[in-house]
Amino acid sequence: MSHAPQPILDPNFAPPFPQAALPMLRDSQLRKNVAHATDVIQARRARLVAEKSDWQALRSAASRIRDEALENLGAYLEQFEKQCMARGGVVHWAADAAEARTIIRNILEEENASEVIKIKTMTSAEIQLNPHLEAAGVKVFETDLAEIILQLGELEPSHIVVPALHVNRSQVREIFARTMGLSNLSDDPQALTAAARNYLRRKFLEIRTAISGANFLIAETGAVAIVESEGNGRMCLTLPRTLITLAGIEKILPGYSDLEVMLQVLARSATGERMNPYTSLWTGVTPGDGPKRFHVVLLDNGRTAIHAREKERQTLRCIRCGACMNACPVYRQTGGHAYGSVYPGPIGAILTPQLTGMKHAQSLPFASSLCGVCCEVCPVKINIPEILIDLRAQVTDQERGKAARFFDPMYLGMRVANLLFSRAWLFHAAQWKARIVLKLFTRKDGWIHSLPSIGAKWTQTRDLRGLPQQTFHEWWKQRKQATQ
Amino acid sequence: MHANTGFRAEAFSQAKRFVRLYQDAETVIIPSSSCVAMIRDQYPGLFDELGNEQLQGEFRALLPRVYELSEFLIDKLGVEDVGAYFPHRVTYHASCHGLRALNLGTRPWRLLGKVRGMELVPLPNLERCCGFGGTFSVKNGDVSSAMLAVKLEDVMSTGAEFCTALDNSCLMHLGGAMHRQFAGMKTIHMAQILASTEQTPAEVLG
Repeated sequence: MSHAPQPILDPNFAPPFPQAALPMLRDSQLRKNVAHATDVIQARRARLVAEKSDWQALRSAASRIRDEALENLGAYLEQFEKQCMARGGVVHWAADAAEARTIIRNILEEENASEVIKIKTMTSAEIQLNPHLEAAGVKVFETDLAEIILQLGELEPSHIVVPALHVNRSQVREIFARTMGLSNLSDDPQALTAAARNYLRRKFLEIRTAISGANFLIAETGAVAIVESEGNGRMCLTLPRTLITLAGIEKILPGYSDLEVMLQVLARSATGERMNPYTSLWTGVTPGDGPKRFHVVLLDNGRTAIHAREKERQTLRCIRCGACMNACPVYRQTGGHAYGSVYPGPIGAILTPQLTGMKHAQSLPFASSLCGVCCEVCPVKINIPEILIDLRAQVTDQERGKAARFFDPMYLGMRVANLLFSRAWLFHAAQWKARIVLKLFTRKDGWIHSLPSIGAKWTQTRDLRGLPQQTFHEWWKQRKQATQ
Repeated sequence: MHANTGFRAEAFSQAKRFVRLYQDAETVIIPSSSCVAMIRDQYPGLFDELGNEQLQGEFRALLPRVYELSEFLIDKLGVEDVGAYFPHRVTYHASCHGLRALNLGTRPWRLLGKVRGMELVPLPNLERCCGFGGTFSVKNGDVSSAMLAVKLEDVMSTGAEFCTALDNSCLMHLGGAMHRQFAGMKTIHMAQILASTEQTPAEVLG
C-alpha cells in the first residue's frame, strides 16, 4: 500500500476543493472503494425506506422534532444540565474547540489518566482532540473498528458514519498485519475482526477512562443516547470508572418519546438497518453500575452563530446519518478527503464553512452540482441545495469588495452576462459579435474543440457546439413572416 | 445561472426582467426543467427579499401560467400522442431538475411512448446527475468530468442512437462528450423528437 501524503482535514489550512479533489479523482482504487461502499449502503437504505409506507410522515415528524429542539435550544440545554446534574453528572460548557480540549485535559489530569479508550465521535475529530491529547502525553485508543483501522494506519476519516469507507479489506489486512505483528493474517473479514477483538480486549479491561460522543441528549431526563453497531461503545460506556461525553449543543431532543421517531429514521438512513444493533442510554451515574464519574462537555464551536441565522439554522437539524454523502454524485467521485474537513459530502459543504464563520472553506458551497438528491434522502429534510446557494451568495458578496475580482474571468463573465441580459438590443448585438469571435474557435464541422481561459475547463473533456447560423429570434421572425 | 452561482444582486434584475417581459403572455412554455425550477423554487424567495409588493403580485399572477414543456402538453392540453414519428433507438435522461425539482414523474415517458417507430430503452441509474451543474462544470471542471464519465458509461450501455432529455444543459454536457469521444451516439432535445414527423423528420446536427 502506498503511503501518500495525508490530506489536510482542517478547514483553516486545507486547499480549495477543486485542487484537493484532483489527486482523489486520479486514485483509481479510492474511487472504486468509495463507489462500491456507497452503492452498497444506498441500496440497503433504499430497500428499508421502501418498506416503510409512512416514511415521508416519519421524515416530517423528525424534522419537526429537530426544529422544536432548535427553536428553544437554550431552554432545553439548561433543562438537560439540571437533570443531568441532579442524577450525578457534571456538565461543562465549551465555547470553542480549545476550551473543550482544556476541559477534557483537566478532567484526565484529575483522574491521573495516561490512557483513554474512545467511542467513535466526529465531534472529537472536529476539535482535533486525539493529537492534542497525545501531545499532552495521554495515549488514545480508538475502539470502533473503522477508527482502529484509521488510527493504526495513520489515515484520515473520509465519511462520518463509516470513516474508513475509502479503505478496502486488503488494505485493512496490510495495516493490521504491519501494526499488530500478524504476518500470517488473511484478508477474510472474520479473521480481521478477530484480530481487532484481540487487540481491543486488554484495552477494555485495563483502561479506566473513556471518551464518547453523543447521538442525542434528552432534555427531559438528562439522558445521553449512543447508537452503534459493534458493541465497542457499550464496553466503553460500562467498564471504565470515568466517562467523558463530548457533544455538540445541537444534539438535544426535548423528550424521551422523541427517540421513537429519531431512532427509526437514523438507523434506516445511516446504515440501512431497521434498528442499529446497540442503543445505549444512560442518565448521570448509577451506584454499583457503570462509570462512577460522568462528565458532559457541551460544545458550541460556531454552532450558536449558525443558530442565529434563520435560513441556515436547519443545518443544525443534522443527525449525522451520512445519507447525503452516500447519495451524492460529487462525493461518489472524490471521497471525503477533498472536502478538507472531518465533515465531508453535502452536509460538510454547508456545515464546514459555517463552523468557521465563513472565513474558511469558501470553495465548499460550490462543490455541488445542485442535483438535489441530498435533500431527497435527508431524514430531517435539510434543504441542502437552498443553503448551498445562500452560502454561495455570501461568498460572492465577500469577493465583491476585493480588487482581485477584476482578474477573475468567472466574475467578469457573470457581470457582463447580466448586463447583456438586461437589454434586448445589447443581447442581440452580443450574439452577433459572439458569432464572429466564436467562429475563430469553431471547426468546419460546426463544433468548438478548444477554448481559452475558463472555457478551457469545459473543453478539457467536452466539445461545444458552435453558435447556429440563425438565432431563435431570427427563426421565429422568419417563420412569422412566412406564415403571414 | 447567476442566482445559483451566488450572484444574487444580478439575479434580482433578471427575475424582475422576466416578469416585465412575460406578464402579458397567455402561457409561458419552457423546454428546460432547470429554468422552470429556478422560477418556481428561487424566484419567490428573491421577490420576497426585494419586498416590492406590486412586483410580487405580478409574479404570483404569472407563476401559474409557467409550464415546463411536458407539463404543458399533458396537464394543460391533455395530449399524450402528438403524432410524432422518430424511427430510432432512444434513451431518456431524466434531468435532476425534471426529476426532483419539478416531479415530472411519468409525463416524459407517456409522451415518448406514443412516438411511432421509436424504440425507448431505459437508462440505468436514472436518478444520477450528469455532472453539469451550471458553472459547476467549469468551477469544478475535473469533478464534473469524472461525473460525466460515469454517466456516459450508463448512457452508452443502452446501445441507443440518441439520448434525449427535457433540459438542454444536460444535453450540451453529454453531447459535448459524445462528440469529443466519437462515441457513436447523439443527443436530441425531446421537443425535436415530438416535432418530428414522417414528412418533416427532425433535423439532427452533426
